[in-house]
Amino acid sequence: MGGYILKRLVSAIPVLLGITIIVFLIMSLIPGDPATAILGSYATPENVEKLNQDLGLDKPMVQRYGIWLGNMLTGDFGRSYSLNRPVLDEILERFNATLILAGTSFVLCSVLGILAGVISAARQYGLADKAITFVVLIGISVPSFFLGMMMILLFAVKLRWLPVSGMYAIYGGGDLPDLLNHLIMPALALATVATGVIARLSRSAMLEVLRQDYIRTARAKGVPERRVIMGHALRAAMVSIIPVLGIQAGFVLSGAIYIEIVFQWPGVGRMLVDAILKRDLLLVQGGVVFVAACYVLFNIAVDVAQSLLDPRIKT
Amino acid sequence: MNLFLKLLFRNRLAMIGAVVLAAILIMVLLTPILPLHDPDVTATADRFKRPFTEGHLLGKDHLGRDLLSRLLHGTRLSLAVGIAAALIAATIGSAIGIIAGYFGGRTDNIVMRIVDMLMAFPYILLALAIVAALGPGLMNALIAVAVVNVPFFARNIRGITVGLAGREFIDAARLAGMGHTRIILTELLPNVLPVIVIAMSTTVGWMILETAGLSFLGLGSQPPQADLGSMLGEARSAMISHPHTSIVPGIMIFLIVMSINLLGDGVRDALDPRLRAGALSRPLATTLVQRQGDIPAATDDLLAIQELQTQFHVGNHIYRAVGGVSLAVKPGECLGVIGESGSGKSVTALSVMGLVASPPGVITGGAVRFQGEDLIGAPYETLRQKRGDRVAYIFQDPLSTLHPLYRIGQQLVEAIQSHHKVSKAEARLCAIQLLKDVRIPNSEAWVDYYPHELSGGMRQRVGIAMALANEPDVIIADEPTTALDVTVQAQILSLLDDLRRDRGLAIIFITHDFGVIGQICDRVAVMYAGQIIEEGPTEVVLDAPAHPYTKRLIACVPELGGGRRELTAIPGLPPVVDDLPEGCAFAPRCEKALKSCRAGDVMLQGTELRVARCLYPEEAL
Repeated sequence: MGGYILKRLVSAIPVLLGITIIVFLIMSLIPGDPATAILGSYATPENVEKLNQDLGLDKPMVQRYGIWLGNMLTGDFGRSYSLNRPVLDEILERFNATLILAGTSFVLCSVLGILAGVISAARQYGLADKAITFVVLIGISVPSFFLGMMMILLFAVKLRWLPVSGMYAIYGGGDLPDLLNHLIMPALALATVATGVIARLSRSAMLEVLRQDYIRTARAKGVPERRVIMGHALRAAMVSIIPVLGIQAGFVLSGAIYIEIVFQWPGVGRMLVDAILKRDLLLVQGGVVFVAACYVLFNIAVDVAQSLLDPRIKT
Repeated sequence: MNLFLKLLFRNRLAMIGAVVLAAILIMVLLTPILPLHDPDVTATADRFKRPFTEGHLLGKDHLGRDLLSRLLHGTRLSLAVGIAAALIAATIGSAIGIIAGYFGGRTDNIVMRIVDMLMAFPYILLALAIVAALGPGLMNALIAVAVVNVPFFARNIRGITVGLAGREFIDAARLAGMGHTRIILTELLPNVLPVIVIAMSTTVGWMILETAGLSFLGLGSQPPQADLGSMLGEARSAMISHPHTSIVPGIMIFLIVMSINLLGDGVRDALDPRLRAGALSRPLATTLVQRQGDIPAATDDLLAIQELQTQFHVGNHIYRAVGGVSLAVKPGECLGVIGESGSGKSVTALSVMGLVASPPGVITGGAVRFQGEDLIGAPYETLRQKRGDRVAYIFQDPLSTLHPLYRIGQQLVEAIQSHHKVSKAEARLCAIQLLKDVRIPNSEAWVDYYPHELSGGMRQRVGIAMALANEPDVIIADEPTTALDVTVQAQILSLLDDLRRDRGLAIIFITHDFGVIGQICDRVAVMYAGQIIEEGPTEVVLDAPAHPYTKRLIACVPELGGGRRELTAIPGLPPVVDDLPEGCAFAPRCEKALKSCRAGDVMLQGTELRVARCLYPEEAL
């Protein structure tokens, strides 16, 4: 197993390099002079010249990429001009908040989605199946940012059950119950679409598996039906559900951008949008590379989970 | 194509989606000529006017602009941008996919590597990076959304193209001297186009949503121009005091995405052949029972199948797979059931413990009695307690009948623990002993292997060990040796024979091989078109078959040392069981059939030990 993980990590190196190249190329698409873009059109030519030298923009592209990559590997993502602090510090601080939000959402959508799919399949064409199918249809069609807004209107403004926005209460709070209280709505809003997608897929994966001969064998042995469904069938269905969980994790991580805006959650997504509007390109560049790299590593974890589940995968 | 449309139209949800989408499209197309207010004229005096006020159906927004007008113009813009992005992504992505798939080799390798890299991004992130570089704006948002969807099309279309590029018609075009461009445009493209269109129809909803999302973040359309996303984004600051300005554009996005989803699902379902056949429904825990007619009285047999009728209800068709079959076994007895595929022998066997997949299977008559107790229609828990404990099954093809993700030891332990309260460690020792019983050497090691690591013969032994786990009274073996080679088959048969002599268990042995019947069975029943057509002691039936079908079936078996003999296949096919002929089911294929054979049902005739369903039997009964 250790060997397999190592092998997967090594195979991720070219992908990570590819990510940095793509981000670098996109950033070099910037029309005009980046230094002017950063300093604004009223900047003096001397200042522009100096910034160009600081950023290394007067060197050829390949050399610039090499310097940028080398710096990143030593933990130097550059300095955010709008916040006037190192990019990496800002990212790490913000990523913590995003991880709490997206991680909770991911657990929610995995558990709820698989559960709904299993119930739906086990009660195919029954009332529960129809109800779940209907809710799922609504769930995958409603934009998360709109859903978030409506949740605020209902649960925070009208019913006053939950706080409107933010991660902690401004006065007092700061403890775990306070965080959870603030987390419920954004985590649910973010999880909704992914839950629907996972529920649908789990349902069809379960239906596919339940028709297999080994399910008949389990029943012929006298294994109780609950165990047939939750053990034999679900375990086999997980083989096709897990890769989708990996894909949905990407959607949850991306969707966090909208949810962080709607709920004023102090995460990387909000940081990126602010940075784009302020043209703080080093911050955008660093943030995108960092989040994408985390996602690549997460997908390796998904592959490892898959190989633990399915002994037929050669490790 | 017609079938596809028919299926699509029959799908009510897809039709709702189509109607909603059509209504939105018509409204949007008519927007320029509708008598609407100017969407950009502000009137700060009546900002946030409520909906349903005079002249302003949906009220006014934070700058006093007419919401209905803004909504329709915004929808128009959102749809246009989303569809444009989809078209651009589909065109570029498909072109890349076709080129990679058609040329293969290095081109393919490099292109697909890049596509993989792009797909490694959570893709809104990639769109953000592009917008960051190009600057906020609707056109840039469109480009960003189109670009991030290119890899999706490239990968899908490449897959299809690779399959097509190896086909004969492409080779033929090449031999005819056509250039690459012409082959791609005239031969490949027409075949790939439907896939492109379907992929587009499933992704256009996403692209509308994504551009709306970017606008919502303030990175797409810039004021005063507004698509649905930026309408929602602008309304957000006044959401709490004046929710209608947020709800109106939000609901519109929801309606668009949902109708596209509904329609897309309908298209996909209509194209999926598995859903067409209605095959994607899961079997219930026990077979459905809708019993009509009298229930036969109990006998003193160990297991008695009495007048059993099992049908498959598929759409309007009723397939009578088992039409009144009676069989019985006593302790220590081995009964063979033989017949061609489709004769109903497996369905008979599965009906005993309610294991026929239903839907579509339904047991419609008769009884199955274990020690006198009727199991048809028995509560699930009663059946479950007997399954594997008193009546156990051995199935054909143990690769698909053993669970691929559990170790064989776990599967054996589970069989034991489903019926006995024993600890895992004890059950494991039992499992190892069971593997020894079925002559698996070194069973302490094999117990921890997965099914795919075993040979076919080993797996079949595991299947037998599992059937023996709870020392059942009856084993129903459904073609347990068909997938095996002859030497392994002989070993398995002698193993079963020993077990039955040692433990006194009764075996119902289902096969289509008379050679196997001769080796192990005391009695044999021959099935044809869901009925028993002959039954008797094995030697008697083999030596002097009474039914013409049995005689022909035996004639099909080559005999070692039997000298030169012509092997005669039986002409024709067994009848389809949803449309059985009147009279003897075998009459259409029987050389000796007379007029009387085709009139009225033929009954089983003969003594208690030996019966045949024939008006003119080959041998006196």
